[in-house]
Amino acid sequence: MSILQVQHIEKHFGDTRVLEDISFELEQGQALAIIGSSGSGKTTLLRCLNFLETPDRGRILVRDKVLFDAGDPATQRESEIRKKRLHFGMVFQSFNLFPQYTALKNVTLAKELLAQERPDFKQNKKAILEGIEAEGRALLSKMGLAERAGHYPHQLSGGQQQRVAIARALALSPDILCFDEPTSALDPELTGEVLKVIRGLAEQKTTMIIVTHEMAFARDVADQVIFMDGGIIVEQGDARQVIEHPREERTRQFLSRYEESSVSGQ
Amino acid sequence: MYSFWDVNVAMLEGSVTTLQMFVLTLLFALPLGLIISFGSMSRFSPLRWLTKTFVWIIRGSPLMLQILIVFYGPGLLFGWKALPRFTAALVTFVINYACYFSEIYRGGIQGVPKGQQEAGQVLGMTKSQIFFKVTLLQVVKRIVPPMGNEFITLVKDTSLVRVISVYEIIWVGESFIKKGMIWPLFYCMVFYLLFSGALTLALGWFERKLSYFK
Repeated sequence: MSILQVQHIEKHFGDTRVLEDISFELEQGQALAIIGSSGSGKTTLLRCLNFLETPDRGRILVRDKVLFDAGDPATQRESEIRKKRLHFGMVFQSFNLFPQYTALKNVTLAKELLAQERPDFKQNKKAILEGIEAEGRALLSKMGLAERAGHYPHQLSGGQQQRVAIARALALSPDILCFDEPTSALDPELTGEVLKVIRGLAEQKTTMIIVTHEMAFARDVADQVIFMDGGIIVEQGDARQVIEHPREERTRQFLSRYEESSVSGQ
Repeated sequence: MYSFWDVNVAMLEGSVTTLQMFVLTLLFALPLGLIISFGSMSRFSPLRWLTKTFVWIIRGSPLMLQILIVFYGPGLLFGWKALPRFTAALVTFVINYACYFSEIYRGGIQGVPKGQQEAGQVLGMTKSQIFFKVTLLQVVKRIVPPMGNEFITLVKDTSLVRVISVYEIIWVGESFIKKGMIWPLFYCMVFYLLFSGALTLALGWFERKLSYFK
């Protein structure tokens, strides 16, 4: 069963068409990699899913429920969009951790705020907050950061910051976890630790969408790949199939340019 | 003749007014400035332009002139009874400083990376949660140095209320000239320096308090 259905999404910035007729589906427990050159619309697509951008056309369904329909303003009310965003988790290229909070507080803050809306929050406040903190600590140790819980973001390396950001996104148990070039802002020697964590999540069948420039990683970790160029989906299919034996000429060109510039040559 | 002690007592009395003017101006101008900054960042363009024009007029004209207008204006224009001197001066200071503060707030708010707000949004936070839990402290950290500048300027600007004869430090200093003593006027400077010195220390302490994050 498809957990996510994206249907005919279109997005303009002024006169520029950034996304054109984007449709795809994602199965529960699968990882989808989106590849393509800069400016191909990958990030905008991810931002549309997280309601950071509003598509001009199209629909987004999660578990067969319409979350967004460009033709139906009722699906775009600010108050509801806030709840709908919780279906998706988002890990940003530049981490965007909250600098004034410790790693642990970064992970637990949103959940604490949501818990305040629970009717029993006042009575069980202590137990609820302790539960959230325990979950936060568990997530951080899953990221290999147990002993960094009390550190502030500026005291952590880029790779550690990004792992905190992943824990923060996981804390709200989203249906679909989105990564926007999670390693692009990192020094090469730090990408490995972040990719390893994402690989671990894939092995645990976390439903994910990963915008990435790491081709070998996309091939090995993702189940499906979408190649985008100029705001359209040029090719999509099985990850290994698309990356090793692309059918479309544009995909071939993109991947060969990639091999030339890639030093690792896997 | 008046003794050194007499001069000090008189000047301390004058300092009370200065201190009141300083504290009350901050008390009202800090929140008012935040409201004005929201106006100048509004997506509703008539409100934005109205606010910007107002800020331009207030920041673009002398504070001393504004004090005179607020104190004498209502009487000259409409024949109304003038506000009490201290109140007139305070109203002027609050409006004037709120406009300066609003620009500092605007710079501070717009200086927080957009990604902070977006991170809050994707975590399901409300607009006010994002403002109070995510943005505000980062804004405060950013605005402490420019605000400190304004606070110190305010200490000295309080002397402008002299133009409508509000009893404060300079007024006291001048009053001794009529009694044949020159040095108390220069001695006023010590009070301003003590005041701004204490303020500088307090601001430095506050800045260090916020240095635990970057």
